Amino acid sequence: MDYVLNLILIIITAIFVNNVVLAQFLGICPFLGVSKKVDTASGMGMAVTAVLLVATIVTFCIQKYVLDVFHLEYLQTIAFILVIAALVQMIEIFLKKTMPALYQALGVFLPLITTNCCILGVAILVIQKEYDLLEGVIYAVGTGLGFLLAMVLFAGLREQLALSRVPKAFEGTPIALVTASLLAMAFMGFSGVDGGLKAVFGL
Amino acid sequence: MLLVLTAIAVISGGALAMVNSVTEPQIEKINAENLAAGIKSVMGCAEVVVSQPNTVNKNISYYTVSDASGKSLGWAVQSSENGFGGELQVLVGFDGDGNILGYTILKTAETPGLGAKADTWFQKGAKGDIIGMNPGTSNFTVSKDGGDVDAITASTITSRAFLLSIKNAFDEVVSKQDASSGASTQAKKSVAADSCCGDTIACDSINE
Amino acid sequence: MNYFKIIINGIVKENPTFVLLLGMCPTLGTTSSALNGMMMGLATMCVLIVSNFLISLVKKLVPDMVRIPSYIVIIASLVTMLQLCIKAYAPEIDKSLGLFIPLIVVNCIILGRAESFAAKNNPLASIFDGIGIGLGFTCGLTILGSVREILGTGCIFGQTIYSENYGMLLFVLAPGAFLALGYLIAIFNKLKKA
Repeated sequence: MDYVLNLILIIITAIFVNNVVLAQFLGICPFLGVSKKVDTASGMGMAVTAVLLVATIVTFCIQKYVLDVFHLEYLQTIAFILVIAALVQMIEIFLKKTMPALYQALGVFLPLITTNCCILGVAILVIQKEYDLLEGVIYAVGTGLGFLLAMVLFAGLREQLALSRVPKAFEGTPIALVTASLLAMAFMGFSGVDGGLKAVFGL
Repeated sequence: MLLVLTAIAVISGGALAMVNSVTEPQIEKINAENLAAGIKSVMGCAEVVVSQPNTVNKNISYYTVSDASGKSLGWAVQSSENGFGGELQVLVGFDGDGNILGYTILKTAETPGLGAKADTWFQKGAKGDIIGMNPGTSNFTVSKDGGDVDAITASTITSRAFLLSIKNAFDEVVSKQDASSGASTQAKKSVAADSCCGDTIACDSINE
Repeated sequence: MNYFKIIINGIVKENPTFVLLLGMCPTLGTTSSALNGMMMGLATMCVLIVSNFLISLVKKLVPDMVRIPSYIVIIASLVTMLQLCIKAYAPEIDKSLGLFIPLIVVNCIILGRAESFAAKNNPLASIFDGIGIGLGFTCGLTILGSVREILGTGCIFGQTIYSENYGMLLFVLAPGAFLALGYLIAIFNKLKKA
């Protein structure tokens, strides 16, 4: 029972309290780059969540069954980034062949994901935090959902913003950053929630 | 094509292995030195003999510490607790009676400028001074909860977590030892198991 | 090719922080103080100079098909070497930059410069491009870090300017990073027009 509650705590913390974009600053490039429309933003969010899930499982196994066994911990960064790059390619080919509809929706985002630092960041964090495989998977999904949430909210704000008049110097990225700042402030309201939940759950 | 990629991978891997073989002993040395320095500072004594780590549970492990002559100084306990931003890990030194000799923060993810002040706030002479207190006999919580310690301004959660980690350290380690006789015999045993402080010069005094 | 021009180009015209808007994750994540920002900038610059040089050396040997994976392997091993050296000889930096050191691998600046400059120019010019862009990135991070540190805590590089009690702590926290960068880019835009 405690284990299940712990998993719930991990996922809530990853989505709201330590939001990957707004609190940990991972995955800022797509957050600023593909957030002009809500539907592209949600597509990117879902693609990232899917890749995060698969990448975390594979990198976890590589760390536990190859790198740790042969004492090659120093190859972690190289191994992880190559695995992620190969995985993204494979997912792209697989989707193209089997699920053309889904490929239509997510395909354009996949090549961009390799250099999204939240994938590599989460893979390394799962090892650093010494999670087991299930905890790692839950953490990855939570992070992905947190990314999706931040993307969709931010894209909604930017759609409205496009209709308003902005001072010349602030056009484009600057006003987007100021908006992101307000969103980050809103998410600060969640900080400390994990501690409260922990007390409620009695962990 | 594959040949080139393989060659690049092999050369990079080889170069990495070389760098790793140079830096690995250095990294281990630094980690050991940091731990030794941490223990010395929390025990308030320049030369100490430290036992192998004893693990109590996932959050707490401790070292039995004595001076060069084998006289027991007490325990250095490593204890973690969830703070405001994540794990808060402290190293705290107790004397044989369970009074706090000193502490240092090992790992923190607290807010810079607020909770991260914990490394100075509770030191000797600072506003939330806990040095010399005994978690077993004093009311070891923040004043907001009716305790004896002033919390860091605007960081009650961090302060609670900090005090709780020390209280846990006390409950799990110090109060379970037979304070007077048990400590000295254990300390004698640990001289042989000296792990991180090689040279031993008699310790003049314990700063309290 | 004028090497001095390449350096100036990296600092001003193609400034990665304020103009190209590349490498945003470390830009926002490590600039809670001026010193942290500068350290991160210098670490990235080290990797960038060496990776630019190496990639420019091997560019003719590497077939087009495996170009990107080869570059990634080179960059990742350089980053790991840097990470090991920092852990061994400067553990304090490792403590304050943490996860963002291995994440230099996925910093778009490095791969971007490899593709757009090192793959087309000679090794010497590539080194100067690395210095220029690296300095531009370091300047950007140091400026952002200074602004956040001064407004947030009243210090710069740890030196007190005014009392911490008047600092706006928000600037050290996450929202302040976005806000400060947004305003700095706006100022940069304004200056460029003038």
